[in-house]
Amino acid sequence: MGQIILDQVTKSFGDVNVIPPLDLAIEDGEFTVFVGPSGCGKSTLLRLIAGLEDTTSGHIRIDGRDATELPPSKRGLAMVFQSYALYPHMTVRKNIAFPMKMAGVDKAEQKKRIDNAARALNLTDYLDRRPGQLSGGQRQRVAIGRAIVREPAAFLFDEPLSNLDAALRVGMRLEIGELHNRLKTTMIYVTHDQVEAMTMADKIVVLRAGVIEQVGSPLELYKKPRNVFVASFIGSPKMNLIEGATAAEHGATTIGVRPEHISVSPTEGMWKGRIGVAEHLGSDTFFHVHDTGLADMITIRAGGEIDLHHGDTVYLTPTPDKIHRFDQQGLRVA
Amino acid sequence: MARTISSRQTTVATIAAWFLAFLMFFPILWIVILSFKTEGDAIGTPFHVLTSGWTTEAYSAVQERSDYPKHFMNSVIISLGSTFLGLLIAVPAAWAMAFVPGKRTKDVLMWMLSTKMLPPVGVLVPIYLIFRDWGLLDTLTGLTMVLMLINLPIIVWMLYTYFKEIPGEILEAARMDGASLKSEILYVLTPMAVPGIASTALLNIILAWNEAFWTLNLTAAKAAPLTAFIASYSSPEGLFYAKLSAASVMAIAPILVMGWFSQKQLVRGLTFGAVK
Repeated sequence: MGQIILDQVTKSFGDVNVIPPLDLAIEDGEFTVFVGPSGCGKSTLLRLIAGLEDTTSGHIRIDGRDATELPPSKRGLAMVFQSYALYPHMTVRKNIAFPMKMAGVDKAEQKKRIDNAARALNLTDYLDRRPGQLSGGQRQRVAIGRAIVREPAAFLFDEPLSNLDAALRVGMRLEIGELHNRLKTTMIYVTHDQVEAMTMADKIVVLRAGVIEQVGSPLELYKKPRNVFVASFIGSPKMNLIEGATAAEHGATTIGVRPEHISVSPTEGMWKGRIGVAEHLGSDTFFHVHDTGLADMITIRAGGEIDLHHGDTVYLTPTPDKIHRFDQQGLRVA
Repeated sequence: MARTISSRQTTVATIAAWFLAFLMFFPILWIVILSFKTEGDAIGTPFHVLTSGWTTEAYSAVQERSDYPKHFMNSVIISLGSTFLGLLIAVPAAWAMAFVPGKRTKDVLMWMLSTKMLPPVGVLVPIYLIFRDWGLLDTLTGLTMVLMLINLPIIVWMLYTYFKEIPGEILEAARMDGASLKSEILYVLTPMAVPGIASTALLNIILAWNEAFWTLNLTAAKAAPLTAFIASYSSPEGLFYAKLSAASVMAIAPILVMGWFSQKQLVRGLTFGAVK
């Protein structure tokens, strides 16, 4: 079990109010991602759930039990830190065994769980090494192993992949996803990387300045962003936001069109512009188009084979039913 | 661009380094040489000192005249005792300041260090009077206490710097792993802090061993450590170079040997926090 309910939770550091009253329900078995720009309070929120920070007011319930006043060790949660936070003086085996040693699990059971975790995480050959002798990816797997053997109510991940290089990050992302499929345990994952959020989450919580901007599945957020902030935060490359007369034509203060929802043609279309930078990725081409009179730059995602280059004049046409409309407050107009 | 260092520069630097090292080591070397001379030869010209015969008579004389084992034991008790007591107080203090810092932690640290800026002679009279009134003059207890107190700021500072290097996330991980405060300290923090505690202890033992101001002023005969033993040979009746040197060699030998075997720890201790 691993249902976590936040009820009117607030957090202040001195006079600074980091998290205004916040409500959130995380269901058992869900993979929830907290995403937002740095300083948005996502890590603080995770640390509140972990018990590493005290709430200023409000309640945290884990599986129906009020955990607000419980120390981290009594909450039954496991955490994977950005810095891995392995015990440098212990071997991998002892690192993984540590939470079981604290819980008083008997030796035979400890060994069984360590062997299982090591096999699942490809660590069997490294059990007698120290963390200092491992690569970043291996260290992260040890940290995950240490979390798994506890059989926690929920896993908390605090930007666990930020210290890894790009290739390794993609691999570990898949491993964590597979781990979730296998264990079906609640996972809360904090990241500033919206790609990680989109690819891993069942549910994404978008945060800004401690306030939840939107909660929903990745596709809900992609298709129906509740406001301009979520619209521009989710999706890569970013959604194009257009204000002024063009927006007014659509009965909105701001309209947004995703780069993949604008078609490009060398001969005809709705908006005229000139290609600045063209990024040819093979599978896709990203054009950054200037001088459209709509915004500083309009980004377009086109097919990989398209033969347009820097300096070419192009015509752009947005897909009509993919235009997002936002009012003066930046909220979505239905 | 990487800075290139020519082999000539390296040679010059090496020679300079050896020369400086020799300069620093020279007094000790000279003391050792003098200690193996007769009193008559010891006051001769350097050339005479080097060419005259060798003898261990100064050592025999020192052995006869003073009770070396007693002074040695006093030094051991005072330096180990003050270090142990100091650590007992400094470990929790540094711990608290490193991991649960308050608004005034930095000020407290500076205030502690400021006591080291005070010339000891400035507080000699009050401390002497306190010792006299409390019956602590010429006692091992009194001396251990005062050496512990004068070195405490350094111990706290060194441990604080060392504890600061231990990432807080590791302690948080231990808490998440279900460790109580006791297990957190026992299984995670202490093993990680052992090298730091060891080098702090080592440095403090050396400082206490060689401390001469307080040991000379607050002792007479009973509690006198090796520093007083050396000083007894620079007497008003005249200088006895050979005996003084022999006494010095005997006094510094134990700590020199200890320092030699713990060089690595010591260097680590002296360059705390210098490199990330």
